[in-house]
Amino acid sequence: MDSRYEVEFTVRGDDFLAAGEASNQIKETLVMLGVPSAISRRASVITYEAEMNLVIHAGGGILRAVITPERLTIVATDLGPGIPDLDLAMKEGFSTASDRVREMGFGAGMGLPNIKRNADVLKIDTEVGKGTTLTATVFFGRQAEQGG
Amino acid sequence: MNLKQIAACIGAEILHGEALLEKVEIERAYASDLMSDVLAFASPGTLLLTGLTNVQIIRTAQMMDIPAVVFVRGKKPQEEAVTLARSAGMPLLVSSKSMYETCGLLYAAGLSPCVIPTREA
Repeated sequence: MDSRYEVEFTVRGDDFLAAGEASNQIKETLVMLGVPSAISRRASVITYEAEMNLVIHAGGGILRAVITPERLTIVATDLGPGIPDLDLAMKEGFSTASDRVREMGFGAGMGLPNIKRNADVLKIDTEVGKGTTLTATVFFGRQAEQGG
Repeated sequence: MNLKQIAACIGAEILHGEALLEKVEIERAYASDLMSDVLAFASPGTLLLTGLTNVQIIRTAQMMDIPAVVFVRGKKPQEEAVTLARSAGMPLLVSSKSMYETCGLLYAAGLSPCVIPTREA
């Protein structure tokens, strides 16, 4: 593949019909570039959960994927409310999602834990009232599934 | 089992993908109404059974390389979900039985579950 491939999508807040389109396009890009399916699936969980967070919590944002021969980096940036207690948000089962979101099958408090489980490196910069930037990296050389 | 055998086993209605049924081999199944759980626990090639009907079910299936979805309790997926599944070439089945009975029939027929990793305390 080329040395660097970058795609960027604007994700609209509360648009549950379009939610997932960006993640699907990123997945198709990974498949087109010949990334192994085990890796592209891990990447898909990260992008999809991050995209849903933009839709559900942040009022939308930007989802960016940077692909090099060694790694995939997903960056989700928003100007939403920020995460007051990041340690709590990383716990399985903790969620601030609305009943409407839960009725759609989300808001079970698994989003950030799922991202953490599938990322080799995860960094979350968040400030209440200003927004959140999530940066997750998946290395292509490391194909084994990460535990817990 | 292929999807045609699965459809016969649970008496499912085929909403879309009749021509694909014999070509899609299914080794295991995962049943959930929580999409993040599907993202956490479903293995590739898993059949998804759910009682939810929105378009995000199909998105979730796409992300996890899930080849087909069974909607239980006779629930029909929303139009947007069917449209997306058609464009993705993903067969959709509807079981008029409950989640429990649908799963029970498939389990009894030899369809394996997904392996859930041991949870941290």
